[in-house]
Amino acid sequence: MYLTRRFAAQPLLPAGLLPAPVPLSRRGFLQGAGGLVLGVSFMPLAAADDPAIPGDAGSGVAPETTIEPQAFVHIGTDGRVTVYAKHLEMGQGSYTGLATLVAEELDADWSQVRVEGAPADAKRYANTLLGVQGTGGSTAMANAHRQMREAGAAARAMLVAAAAQRWGVPAGQITVDNGRVLHAPSKHNVGFGELAEDAAKQPVPRTLTLKTPDAFTLIGKTTPRRVDSAGKTDGSAQFTQDIQLPDMLVAVVAHPPRFGATPKSFDAAKAKAIDGVVDVLEYEGGHGRFGGVAVLSRNTWIAKQGRDALTVEWDESKAMKDGSDALMARFRTLADSAGTVARQSGDADAALAKADKRIEADYEFPYLAHASMEPMNCVVSLGERSCEIWNGEQFQTIDQAGAAALLGLQPEQVVIHQLYAGGSFGRRANPHADFVLEAVSIAKAARKQGHKGPVKLVWTREEDTRAGYYRPMALHRVRAAIGKDGLPAAWHHRVVTESIMAGTPFAEFGIRDGIDSSSLEGVIEPYEIPNLYLDLHSPDTGVPVQWWRSVGHTHTGYVTEVVVDELAYAAGQDPVAYRRKLLKDHPRHLAVLELAAAKAGWDTPLKAAAGEKRGRGVAVVKSFNSYVAEVAEVTVKADGSLKVDRVVCAVDCGLAINPDVIRAQMEGGIGFGLAAMLHSQVTLKDGVVEQSNFHNYPMLRIGEMPQVEVHIVASAEPPTGVGEPGTPPLAPAVANAIFAATAKRIRRLPLGDQLKA
Amino acid sequence: MVKMTVNGVERTHEGDPSMPLLWFLRDEAQLTGTKYGCGMSLCGACTVHMDGQAVRSCTMPVAAVAGKAITTIEGVGTDKVGKAVQTAWREHDVVQCGYCQSGQIMSAVALLQSNATPSDADIDTAMNGNVCRCATYVRIRSAIHSAARALKA
Repeated sequence: MYLTRRFAAQPLLPAGLLPAPVPLSRRGFLQGAGGLVLGVSFMPLAAADDPAIPGDAGSGVAPETTIEPQAFVHIGTDGRVTVYAKHLEMGQGSYTGLATLVAEELDADWSQVRVEGAPADAKRYANTLLGVQGTGGSTAMANAHRQMREAGAAARAMLVAAAAQRWGVPAGQITVDNGRVLHAPSKHNVGFGELAEDAAKQPVPRTLTLKTPDAFTLIGKTTPRRVDSAGKTDGSAQFTQDIQLPDMLVAVVAHPPRFGATPKSFDAAKAKAIDGVVDVLEYEGGHGRFGGVAVLSRNTWIAKQGRDALTVEWDESKAMKDGSDALMARFRTLADSAGTVARQSGDADAALAKADKRIEADYEFPYLAHASMEPMNCVVSLGERSCEIWNGEQFQTIDQAGAAALLGLQPEQVVIHQLYAGGSFGRRANPHADFVLEAVSIAKAARKQGHKGPVKLVWTREEDTRAGYYRPMALHRVRAAIGKDGLPAAWHHRVVTESIMAGTPFAEFGIRDGIDSSSLEGVIEPYEIPNLYLDLHSPDTGVPVQWWRSVGHTHTGYVTEVVVDELAYAAGQDPVAYRRKLLKDHPRHLAVLELAAAKAGWDTPLKAAAGEKRGRGVAVVKSFNSYVAEVAEVTVKADGSLKVDRVVCAVDCGLAINPDVIRAQMEGGIGFGLAAMLHSQVTLKDGVVEQSNFHNYPMLRIGEMPQVEVHIVASAEPPTGVGEPGTPPLAPAVANAIFAATAKRIRRLPLGDQLKA
Repeated sequence: MVKMTVNGVERTHEGDPSMPLLWFLRDEAQLTGTKYGCGMSLCGACTVHMDGQAVRSCTMPVAAVAGKAITTIEGVGTDKVGKAVQTAWREHDVVQCGYCQSGQIMSAVALLQSNATPSDADIDTAMNGNVCRCATYVRIRSAIHSAARALKA
């Protein structure tokens, strides 16, 4: 490590606060007022992968479960089924997916199902794969599918038991269909609502029978439309930005222009002179977050006017003042020396020395901002011994613990109200709780000044773009060679990129032997190389970094799939045929490759108009346990402008719970990946972020969106995620298509004007 | 003092007339369906109709809408085209995070009100000012075509 300054130098939480998942013991059944309140307890961590439980994709009697009923589903006396979602809905379809699983086993009427965000309560709602309550790593379906199905099955069993008791008939003769409970011989037929109160008094079953796939009526079907479509098309869906509370003040802030700077002094006279500005106050920063000056008003725009009128002097003695060009130059220098060895087999250097055909190249990746459409924001209301937060909440346990520590409260005294998030792509799961604690810090300072009402922190687009927590910059230096058979013989790979998890509560299990697993995830995989060497430098740059949709795969997937393409061409072989050979022992990779290639018409040449060049490229990336292959078709015009015409995607995410949500996530992941491929980069000049808004951090627009076709591999494997895996193959597929069209290798992202030179 | 109608209701703004319409709608009129995304007319999340034309409310001073009829996402469903677009959006499950979709729908409605049968190229042109970070663009195109078909039927 050649730099010692670090914006986020110390962990927010003592390491011990992030335990491994704790299976709960059986808890008492809680009876809800006016209806049945149900849920199930946690399965042990391994449940999702337990081959003895075919219920993952199918069926069978579950092993004895420790059911804690009330957490996940409520049936009202009006027959409404409310599913409590432990995962944030940020666009990825988690609410729909969780509800589908419950409703399937419950045999509910889909039109009667609604979803509410669950409160912050890690004992009930921990992500069984993350160990904390939170949403990320494309784990929602993977960790919750069994839990949700058991919740539905338990609720169903209790409705049946209540009906059996009321009617004096054997439970085995009772059926449940589309929100109704029936006993054919006696012609009883009632809705869920009529049984809800009695069902709540039934004992919770210890063993449950889950459906076999042939009995599914919702899983894998198109019946369950998104539960959030109506509210998001009539303006009624509530995002953090939309929260309006009595006596609430909006805070718009002045952040320091450089990471690591702090306020020295400020002049608020002009701001306070603006009609409607209520107060101006300095607030404390902390580990991994800014301190600054906040302007308070009842109106967001007036608060911003006040902020713009501030004069703030900053203490920049500890500020990071490097430019991104200089940082990349240092990365290149660092790549001249060996890093921490991550993998080694055979003798890569010796094999490279005697190889006939070699490729050697650097691949460079910039910082990337998440740029969700809803800039970061958070509402906080403080009482004497209480804290209430309204947030599109992605990391409940971290945010709750951080707020509690800042306020001297117990975590359970911090109540978090879940809202929709207007995108996140990882940003709202900040391991330092940065913007949440900034809001708490401002509310604390406001309270000291006598403002007892809630405070809504609103970042403008400019703060959102400049506040850091970027996808880390990365440099890959690769030397690879093929043998006489054309197959890869040697691969020497060095990665220089900042650790995401260093200095966070996740370092303890995310960094092993000096290797941050997110820096190298997926690199060279699944290709088997006889002589392989992989090492890593993790420089500390002082620029805050964070996970960004598909994390390390954003660069490791790119380099791996472009290098394999380069090797295929070096061997004089077709890129699909070449991968087919390399993936012969990886059936799930191979299946998506074959499906995407077939559907794309890989073997049918593309026709190009006069003066235009066209090409097709392919990439296959497994990420977050899902397998995705994408074939991109591009046109490069005479002036060097690029159009991605069509992307054909094949995905294997295990059991397809909501096929249409899967298709949507692939479409979106492709568009998200294309924005980064074509346009996105955050650069710094003397430590100041140069981008600020969509004019200089451009988004993908509708005219750039290719035609997309998504094909889902039928599978009975346990379900895996879809929020991220659509993104990694896109950029290498496009880069490989550009090569097919122009013979030019793209080794630096974004593409920008590289084809115009 | 500036007077206007919003979704058919008369409204008065007595504060700074240079305040963008967006913040009048959101923070004064409590109509939060119209969204803040950029504040520079770059993303279209704040799109509303002024006398039937799509405008970016984040840079439109309240003074400029004096005497005008404003329609927001909360009111657009009372219009035949608005209703058809909302219905098509739901049939196609266009939304993901949903934050930009009020603006997308307002732009789509304005397009269909002036062009009943837009081509893909027409759609790309008319919708170019509306950013969707979730990239729901494939479905936006399909939903607009669906709404156009439904309105002709």
